[in-house]
Amino acid sequence: MDQDIAIEVKGITKNFGGYTAIKNLSFSVTKAELFGIVGPDGAGKTTILRLLMGILLPTSGEVMVFGVSVGRYPEKVRESIGYMSQRFGLYEDLTVEENMEFYCDLYGVDRKERKRRMEELLDFSGLYPFKKRLAGHLSGGMKQKLGLTCALIHRPDILILDEPTAGVDPLSRRDFWRILYGLRNQGMTIVLSTAYLDEAERCTRIGLIYRGEMPMLDRPNNIRSSLGISMVEVVLSETSRARDILLRNEYVDMVTVYGDRLHIGLKEKEQMDSILDMLRSYRFEIKGSREVIPSLEDVFIKRIR
Amino acid sequence: MGERIRHLVIKEFIQLLRDRRMRAFLFIVPVIQVFVLGYAATFDVNSVSTVVIDFDRSSESREIIRRFTSSGYFSVKANLTEDREVIPLLDKGKTLCVIEIEKGFSERLRKGIPSEIQVLMDGTDSNTAMIATGYVHSVLKKYGSPKGGTDKSPFRTRIWYNPDLRSKNYMVPGVISLIVMLTSLIVTSMSIVREREVGTIEQLMVTPIKPVELIVGKTIPPALICFFDMILVTIVGLFWFNIPIRGSFLLLALCTAIYLLSTLGIGLFISTLAKTQQQAIMATFLFFQPAILLSGFATPIENMPQVFQYLTYLNPLRYFLVIVRGIFLKGNGFDILWTEMAMLFLLGFLIFTLSSVRFRKRLN
Repeated sequence: MDQDIAIEVKGITKNFGGYTAIKNLSFSVTKAELFGIVGPDGAGKTTILRLLMGILLPTSGEVMVFGVSVGRYPEKVRESIGYMSQRFGLYEDLTVEENMEFYCDLYGVDRKERKRRMEELLDFSGLYPFKKRLAGHLSGGMKQKLGLTCALIHRPDILILDEPTAGVDPLSRRDFWRILYGLRNQGMTIVLSTAYLDEAERCTRIGLIYRGEMPMLDRPNNIRSSLGISMVEVVLSETSRARDILLRNEYVDMVTVYGDRLHIGLKEKEQMDSILDMLRSYRFEIKGSREVIPSLEDVFIKRIR
Repeated sequence: MGERIRHLVIKEFIQLLRDRRMRAFLFIVPVIQVFVLGYAATFDVNSVSTVVIDFDRSSESREIIRRFTSSGYFSVKANLTEDREVIPLLDKGKTLCVIEIEKGFSERLRKGIPSEIQVLMDGTDSNTAMIATGYVHSVLKKYGSPKGGTDKSPFRTRIWYNPDLRSKNYMVPGVISLIVMLTSLIVTSMSIVREREVGTIEQLMVTPIKPVELIVGKTIPPALICFFDMILVTIVGLFWFNIPIRGSFLLLALCTAIYLLSTLGIGLFISTLAKTQQQAIMATFLFFQPAILLSGFATPIENMPQVFQYLTYLNPLRYFLVIVRGIFLKGNGFDILWTEMAMLFLLGFLIFTLSSVRFRKRLN
C-alpha cells in the first residue's frame, strides 16, 4: 500500500433503483491534499462524498481510507474523518457550546481533553463570544464555522466538506478558506465539493464530475482552460425578465433559469463585469454573482458549434 | 455504548424541554385530557329535560310528577296544558322526554281499573333514550307497588366494581392508555423526523454512533415522559376524581412498560414513513383515531361486527385498556391479566423489532 494515500476509490458504482448515479469511479487522494470534487448541480458530488464516508454503500467497488475498507469497518473509519454536510447539520435549538459538547460525547472525547479542545476551537473559529448563543440565532457564516468546529472536534485526519460555502457571504467565505489552508498546512487531508469555479481554483487538485463520471482529474488551471466556456451565476429577482434582456446581448451565449438564480454563458469571460453593469442599469437588484462550473451540455454545445 | 446513549438522551431532553409548545403538549395536555374525559365525556344520564302535560290535575297526578322530579334523573321544565305544544318542543330539541297523564287517571286508579301514562322520548341519542326509559320504568314501578310494602319482585341487581355506575371510573383510567400512546407516537416520530428534516441525522450517522444506540437513545426520552404522564393522570384520578385504585401500582407500571414497546415501535415506524413533521403528525392521527374506536375505549368490542372484532386483536390499546381498568376498578392481578400482558408483549416485541429493522434500512 502506498503510504501517502489517504483515500482510495476503487471502481465504485452506485445505483438508485434503475438509475445509475455513479459509474465505475476510481481516484485517490493523497495525504495533505486539498482535493475538490467539482461539478454542476446534480452531477453526483454529494453521492460521492457519502460513499467516501460510508453513509451510502456502493453497489459495486470499494472505498479504502488509510488502507481500511469503509464498507467493512464504517465505525472505525469514521473516527478518522470529520464530515460537514451541506446543511451544516447543527441543532438549532442547542447553544454553540451544547452542539460542541454533544459531538464530543458522540466521539467519546474524554473530559480533560475536551475542555482544552473546545477552548482551542472556539478561539480559532472566533465563536468564543457566542458560545452561549443558540445555533439557530447565528448568521450563515457563523453556522458554517460551527459546523466545521463540530466536524473537527475529534481531531480527524481527513476532513470532508459538502458544498461548505453555499449560501455564505463573501467575507465569511474568505475567512473559511483561510481556516482550510491553515488546517491543510498542519497536514490535514481535505476533500470538498463545490459548484463554484473560484473555489475549485483554490484546491490543489480537482476531479470534474459530470453525470456520475469523472472525465477529468487535474490541477485547477488545466481544467479551467479545457472548459472553453465561462458561466456566471447571478442571484437576482425577476429572473425571467432578466433572461429576455440578456438574450438580446451579443456577448451572451445562453441563459438558464434556476429558481432565483440565472446561469449566464458568456463568449468571453472578460465581459462578465459589463454584463452585470448592464443588468444594474435595468434596475435589477443583484444579490450575488460567481463563476460556476458549466454543465456538460453547456461545454458540449459550445464545442460542437 | 451506554455513554453515547446517555448523552443522546440528555440532548433529547434539552431539546424537548426548551421547546415551549412541546412543554405544553407534554405536561398540560394530559391534565386537560383527564378533566375533559372525567367531566364532559360521561355516559351518566341525569337531569333529563322533561315536559309534563297533566290533563288530570289531581293529587295522584301531582304525586307522580313529584316522584319524577325527586328521583334526580328528570328536570321538569314545563307543565303544559295543551297537546299541540308538545311536538315543536321535541322537534327543536328543547326537551327529551314528554310525560302525558290523561284525564280521569286518578278516577280509574281509585276504581282499580288499569290506567295509562304516555311517555314520549326523543330517540336521536339512542343511548340516553334507553337509559332514561329505564328510569321512567323504575319510577312508575315504585309508584305502582303497594304503598309501604316491599318489592316482591324476585330480581335484585347488584353492580360490582363500580356500584354507582360512574362513567368517570371507567373513563379516567382509560385516559392513561390514550396519553401514553399519543405521547410516545408524537415524541418519537417528531424527534427523528425533525433530525431528518434539518439534516442533523446525516451528521449523526457519520459519528461512531450505532443504529441500535440511536434507536434506544431516541425511545428512552418518550418512554420516561410517558411514565411521568401515567403517574400524573393516576394522581389526578385518585385525588381529584376519587377513582379507586384497587390493584397494584407496580403491576400498572410494569404493564405500561410492556405497552410502551408497541407504542414506541409504532412511533418509530411512523418516523420511517414521514418526510416532514407535518406528515408525522398526520400519520399519528391516522393511526390514533381508528385505534381508539377499535379499542373498547368508549364502545364495547362485543358490539362491533365480527370483522372489526378480529381487527381489535392487533390493537395494543385494546389489551392495555383491559389491564388498566382491571387494575384500577377490579383489583386484578397478574393471575387474571397475564393473557393480556402476554399478548401485549408479543405484539410490542413484533412491532418494535419490525420497526427497528425498517428504521435501520432507512438510515442507509
